[in-house]
Amino acid sequence: MTEPITVVTSPVRLEYRYTPGVAMSRFLRHIAEGEIVGQRCPRCSKVYVPPRSGACPRCGVPTQEEVPVADVGTVTTFCVVNVPFAGSLPLPYVAAAILLDGADIPITYLLQEVEAGDVRMGMRVRAEWATPEERTTSIDHSIRYFKPTGEPDVPIDTVLEALLSA
Amino acid sequence: MRDVAVVSFAQSVAAEEPERNEVEILMPVVEEARAKSGIPKDDIGFTCSGSADFLAGQPFAFVNGLEAIGAWPPIRESHVEADGAWALYEAWVRLQHGDIDSALVYGFGKSSMGSLRDVLCVQLDPYYLAPLWPDAFSLAALQARAMLDSGAHTEREMAEVAARNDGADVDELLARPFVVSPLREHDCAPVSDGAAAVVLAAADLAREVSERPAWIRGIDHRIEPHSLGARDLTRSESTRVAGEKAGVGGDVDVAELQAPFTHQELILRDALGLNGGTRINPSGGVLGGHPMMAAGLIRIGEAALRITNGEANRALAHATSGPCLQQNLVCVLEGD
Repeated sequence: MTEPITVVTSPVRLEYRYTPGVAMSRFLRHIAEGEIVGQRCPRCSKVYVPPRSGACPRCGVPTQEEVPVADVGTVTTFCVVNVPFAGSLPLPYVAAAILLDGADIPITYLLQEVEAGDVRMGMRVRAEWATPEERTTSIDHSIRYFKPTGEPDVPIDTVLEALLSA
Repeated sequence: MRDVAVVSFAQSVAAEEPERNEVEILMPVVEEARAKSGIPKDDIGFTCSGSADFLAGQPFAFVNGLEAIGAWPPIRESHVEADGAWALYEAWVRLQHGDIDSALVYGFGKSSMGSLRDVLCVQLDPYYLAPLWPDAFSLAALQARAMLDSGAHTEREMAEVAARNDGADVDELLARPFVVSPLREHDCAPVSDGAAAVVLAAADLAREVSERPAWIRGIDHRIEPHSLGARDLTRSESTRVAGEKAGVGGDVDVAELQAPFTHQELILRDALGLNGGTRINPSGGVLGGHPMMAAGLIRIGEAALRITNGEANRALAHATSGPCLQQNLVCVLEGD
């Protein structure tokens, strides 16, 4: 008796050319110049970094006003990564939500030059930029990681307030 | 049945959009439809959208789309993984509940990011058909060939559908090369990106905000078997039944048909019993621009426009989904 067929393999491969959009393209061109530039909502005044879809998702209006923000910010929350994947960094390492000075929405970025156990909510961190020659419109080519500035921590109540209003 | 009308409509220019993302295309369209409706944003009772993740090649495209509408404070919202015409159907059903009086409906998609004729293969049956990767043009060509072989229509009639839009010479069109025989380039809708939005309002509100609301007198959608071999591709039974249930019978001044291929317009006209007294696709139809997931909703919006501006008193809009006209929606609109 022939074996029943229980599995059919049908490979699917589709290629897409992704468009970041007008707002993100502007953000990424600034990144290549070594600048972090967000966009402000004309209605609620929140500064989005990166400017997502060029819209304030709360107000549903375009965010066209460009606002330079600092490359220094505060860790609002973080995750210690203990699970390896192909090509991952030496474990453990920290991915942190960083609220840049002048922004209202945190970005998620790699922290380095600090032991995972020493990272704290409220820790002040700074972008470690690649050299101008290395920088591109890809953010991970342009900002290698964030690292502690050595400034005193931001009080935890201020951090919690920022988390709740983001 | 509660009276519900289309009170405003907006659409982007259907074209390939190399710069803007979906939200950037959608946002001004939603803004325009809301402004034209005269109904304040926070008064809109329900929101429903249509989009498809395979067009964007990323999951949860519709969640991203919500950034365009300002969903705060929280709104009542739903989504269909289909053309916005089906989102309009859901919104129309929702308005029948009677507790809300208005709804925002939108559809959007960027087909240009992938190879659309291949992307559409993933909607096929995954065991027998999809592994063969029969692209969308090839399947449509099989249908066109079946229609020609049945003797129902001719290649010349297909070319006449294309010529109606741009005034091209039919003999000259017929002398052009095939893309996939018997389809020539002018028989196939182009790849387009775009978005459209419609605001629906129930009886009293519709009269308050619109001088001439386009009343939805009937709306219905039907689907045929998934397997292409189980269908008679030369006819569109689902369109015929949907048309009957939507109450198409009688004079129709204007019909907006979503026919991405010229032969499909011929099949749809037969299924709906449209005769010479009906203006077909005064907007140009989807042969001029075919933003997937918005194109069906645009047919309803365009038909409603003809009512609102007084050109028509009774209009029909049609939307399609799936390979070779598998699923079809028919909407009948009337003026007062």
